[in-house]
Amino acid sequence: MADVLLQASGLTKRFGGLAAVDNVSIDLMRDHIHAVIGPNGAGKSTLTNLLSGDLPPTSGRVVIGKQDVTGWAPERIARQGLGRSYQKTNIFLPFSVWDNVFLAAQSRDPQQPWNPLRWLRPAARSAGARQRCSAAIEMAGLQERRDAIAATISHGEQRQLEIAMTLATEPQVLLLDEPLAGMGVAEAERMVALLLRIKKDHAILLVEHDMDAVFTLADSLTVMVNGQVIASGTPDAVRGDATVQAAYLGEEH
Amino acid sequence: MSAAKSNLERLPRGVQVALWLGLLALVAFPFVGTEFYTQMVTRMMILAIFAMSLDLLQGVTGMVSLGHAAYFGLAGYVLAFVMPQSEAISLWWSLPLAVLASGLAALVIGFFVVRTHGIYFIMVTMAFAQMVFFLFFDNRALGGSDGLYIYFKPTVALGSVTLLDLDNKVTLYYVTLVLLLAVYVFLRRLLWSPFGRALAGIRVNEHRMRAMGFGTFGYKLSAFALAGALAGLAGYLWGVNTGYINPELMGFHMSAHAIMMVILGGMGNFAGAIVGAFTFEYVLHLFKDLPYVGQVHLGKHWQLWMGSFIVLVVMFAPRGVLGIVQAVTSWRKTEPRNDG
Amino acid sequence: MDFPTFLIQLLNSVQYGLLLFMLAAGLTLIFGIMGVVNLAHGSFYMLGAYLAFAFSTLFGSLTLAIIGGTALAVLFGLALEWLLFRHFYHRDHLDQVLLTFGLIYIFEEMRSLLWGDDVHGVPVPELLRFSIPLTENLSYPVYRLFIAGLCILLAVGLYLLISKTRLGMKIRAGAFNRDMAEALGVNIKLIHAVVFALGVGLAAFAGIIAAPISSVYPNMGSQVLIMCFVVVVIGGIGSVRGALISALLVGLVDTFGKVLLPQVAGMLVYMLMAGVLLWKPEGLFKQ
Repeated sequence: MADVLLQASGLTKRFGGLAAVDNVSIDLMRDHIHAVIGPNGAGKSTLTNLLSGDLPPTSGRVVIGKQDVTGWAPERIARQGLGRSYQKTNIFLPFSVWDNVFLAAQSRDPQQPWNPLRWLRPAARSAGARQRCSAAIEMAGLQERRDAIAATISHGEQRQLEIAMTLATEPQVLLLDEPLAGMGVAEAERMVALLLRIKKDHAILLVEHDMDAVFTLADSLTVMVNGQVIASGTPDAVRGDATVQAAYLGEEH
Repeated sequence: MSAAKSNLERLPRGVQVALWLGLLALVAFPFVGTEFYTQMVTRMMILAIFAMSLDLLQGVTGMVSLGHAAYFGLAGYVLAFVMPQSEAISLWWSLPLAVLASGLAALVIGFFVVRTHGIYFIMVTMAFAQMVFFLFFDNRALGGSDGLYIYFKPTVALGSVTLLDLDNKVTLYYVTLVLLLAVYVFLRRLLWSPFGRALAGIRVNEHRMRAMGFGTFGYKLSAFALAGALAGLAGYLWGVNTGYINPELMGFHMSAHAIMMVILGGMGNFAGAIVGAFTFEYVLHLFKDLPYVGQVHLGKHWQLWMGSFIVLVVMFAPRGVLGIVQAVTSWRKTEPRNDG
Repeated sequence: MDFPTFLIQLLNSVQYGLLLFMLAAGLTLIFGIMGVVNLAHGSFYMLGAYLAFAFSTLFGSLTLAIIGGTALAVLFGLALEWLLFRHFYHRDHLDQVLLTFGLIYIFEEMRSLLWGDDVHGVPVPELLRFSIPLTENLSYPVYRLFIAGLCILLAVGLYLLISKTRLGMKIRAGAFNRDMAEALGVNIKLIHAVVFALGVGLAAFAGIIAAPISSVYPNMGSQVLIMCFVVVVIGGIGSVRGALISALLVGLVDTFGKVLLPQVAGMLVYMLMAGVLLWKPEGLFKQ
């Protein structure tokens, strides 16, 4: 029986009268990539925001491990073991690559902002944070660029940095929002290889438009249109589903 | 705040050298200056502490507070309240008391204001500070618009032995200098501590910090309270130095002056705050002491000069003195090198 | 409190609230649409008051002051926007705070040079210099009703402008999505200039009509500025409707507070603000 790390059931988000996400259920399992695809406006971003805590659901539940995290603030959900990367690069531009990932790694140390002892030791002293940081940077393949300022690295490298930062918090569940966004062919291939590497020990939700990548990476798929799930299952099953072909794959970019 | 702006956190060699020279000058000053000027420089050092406390909020964490002077003035008032008219009290307990009071006030007000962002934060910090201002201004019992006198300097003694006589302007000067250094060293360490790194992260991208698991409200509130406490330290010293406290010291003009000091020097590294405080006070006195030109007393219209100065700095040197230094040094770095 | 006293305080609240609304509407629009924080907004109010003084000394007519003064203020606003403010829309709030703080100093000094530092009065126009009797002993000045009436007229005009005219639509479009509006042919620069001038005009108008009852004195802008900020915070930035409701609320709390609880009267409005912030950190009607 696969190890279910995140369970979302009946998630709905209404804005006024409009349901951006309508009764969506998803299970994320360890060592497993679950992709969510759909046309623009299908509700994929909203779904990701519901899972990460950026938006509170109108109804439905999200459970991580055994803990019900429905309606929790994003920082609490993150500490519960969820990490997220963003479609629009969301890094610390003025800091170096190392400093970006280090800050992420530091989040796993005990926080206590009111504790004066945390005011005087240099941050770099934390061996745990240093170790998490190097591991994440290596996994993402950014060792050569450790000291480069994030604003100066290439777009592809910034997307790699996004992933590194997500990994450095040592989450069990990863929400990856269009990691291949804006990438050329070579960069995309590198990113796909990276995602296959990090699949181990993580449960991954992958939102993507790049169909080649999706069918290479996904162990299972959910197709969303207008906020609702119209198909769900293995990639082959979904590809062959007539409703899906009509609604989405048929009108492919 | 603009995310891409990079603060000058690591001070370049030239700046470090200049700071050491400045320290030497400060140590030597009482030997060459008159008592009047010694007291004036003490004032500047006190304002430098005040500016550094604001830099923690504004430069490091990116929280623009238009009400920081409330905690500055409050500490001065606490000193005035506990100092009886008949005799002096000890610094050993009055100083921590004042600092604690300011820190606590900042904690309470911070609880309400830190939940707001951006323009809201600016407006509510101003509003609460004005509330505190009017509390003192309108109440005779708290001194009213005339303010309060501080009749004696606090004593610094161990048992019956007087260690320091704060009535002596030079002694007070050196006490202030030591405290200035202590606060500077403390804040520089803080900048590189896990707490300081988190605050910098919050300034650049608070949303991502939350997504990574940082409880940003707690961090910002702690910074707000700590900054308030440090402002209180400055306010206490101000009360000791001038012997007089009035509500204007808590007003939004004072807060705006502090903001200007931090910007003028260059934000986010505390050295800029010191430079900015000294520069601002110097410029202010320069304008106020302008002579007559014909029939017109230029000094009387100092607000015009000061206002124009502020506008010009914001328009042409928004990253302050250290920003100019940084721009010049990086320009020099891009010049072609001879050593290939 | 007996009914006539209550009525008087109520009328005072409404009148004060409506004046605050004139100021807050401009501030909230300027902030909501251009994203600029303007500490010098109180100075425009002061400008209006001093213009009223100037017009009444020179021409003896408040009507002329209202029309001429507002027109002059609008022109001043257009010039200020074109020279200075439009270069700051994209700047940090920090820079805007300092810029406008510097402007406060400059405006105070210019006021000192033009009109001196004395306190002045502006006479209520002859026509309105009477009171409506409420009881044997109490009556209410008609001029205050006139102020409220004018403000209501302007408020209605503002509402019609924003929701019913093409200009208003363009303003709302620009606030919602600047680039899109520009792509659709809206002249954003013009809209910004108009909104700014409108804000300045409203603030000056409030200063002009309030001058006869509040007198004209240095630094009068600072006190009204802080109330204005409180109103905008409570109402929600960018919301004119929020500004109206909030202004009336503040007017009520402040006026009745001074009568019923004079010891804490100064703090009541801030406590109201603190309460609203706990419940809704972005104001009651945040856009």
